[in-house]
Amino acid sequence: MKKVFCRPKSMTDTVFHYCAGCGHSITHRLIAEVIDEMDIRGITIGVPPAGCAVLAYKYFNVDMIEAQHGRGPATATGIKRMLPDRVVFSYQGDGDLAAIGIAESFHAANRGENITVVFINNAVYGMTGGQMAPTSMLGQKTTTSPAGRASLLDGHPIQISEVFTLLPGTAYIERCTVNSPAAILKTKKAIRKAFEYQLDCRGFSLVEILSPCPTNWKMTPIESNRWIDEVMSKKFPLGVLKDLPAGEAKKGGKTP
Amino acid sequence: MKGYVTIDKELCKECHLCVEACKKGLIHPSREYNTRGYRPVCFTDEAGECTGCTLCAITCPDIAIEVFREKG
Repeated sequence: MKKVFCRPKSMTDTVFHYCAGCGHSITHRLIAEVIDEMDIRGITIGVPPAGCAVLAYKYFNVDMIEAQHGRGPATATGIKRMLPDRVVFSYQGDGDLAAIGIAESFHAANRGENITVVFINNAVYGMTGGQMAPTSMLGQKTTTSPAGRASLLDGHPIQISEVFTLLPGTAYIERCTVNSPAAILKTKKAIRKAFEYQLDCRGFSLVEILSPCPTNWKMTPIESNRWIDEVMSKKFPLGVLKDLPAGEAKKGGKTP
Repeated sequence: MKGYVTIDKELCKECHLCVEACKKGLIHPSREYNTRGYRPVCFTDEAGECTGCTLCAITCPDIAIEVFREKG
């Protein structure tokens, strides 16, 4: 018998601190598998966020630099400009990218920095206890919106990926999810493509991942996977939102 | 037997996503506890139905499942 599935080499043996059924750990594994498959472990530098994934540096067997809350793309910009031959990815949640770090993320995308951002959208602030995030769904009950999110009071959920497609610096934007084996394999392909675009110096790439948060949604892992299909993906449609052809690759990116 | 899986009981957090993913229904919830207080799932395949399709391992958030398959 041949071993066909095991822990990727780009992961350490540390036990994940994430809750049961969390999408973060699946995404960590996918990134590590892509790093293994592309054989770029020696040249990859990751930037973990503040949020649930703040301890991501313990799990990846690659170089990691912890960024301040929301400043992942700014830190990644600095790394990429100093070391343009490295593969730099920033890993951010929705509190990190869509709330406190929207300015850094938006401007990094607008400058067309040649980095990859993995954006975990789970519609709540996970680490701090399930408060309403900018990406929370209308009517969603959280600890800071006990009656459900109301558009007049709290605004509408931000569709970060759609907003970023308008920026000329972005090369590849896809929204996927990790709620079923098929979706997980699709997400892995998207992450791989984003890393390949970075190696080709095409510009900013963003992979938004709709991720279950069973603890803060107060559901079982199986129910939360169903909720992504039934509720979340209606507001956040899945698919490739922007894919710039090779010839049209934008300016920035590679530092001369 | 075309394949089999091994489940690391200390890593399992009983999210039961693999129970849902296994098309043959070979993974079951169990009653025994591990050292972290979870009740890990168990794999039973007396009829040799497992094909080593890796669907359970792909959905496992905690990389607790390793899959073995016959060559070819």
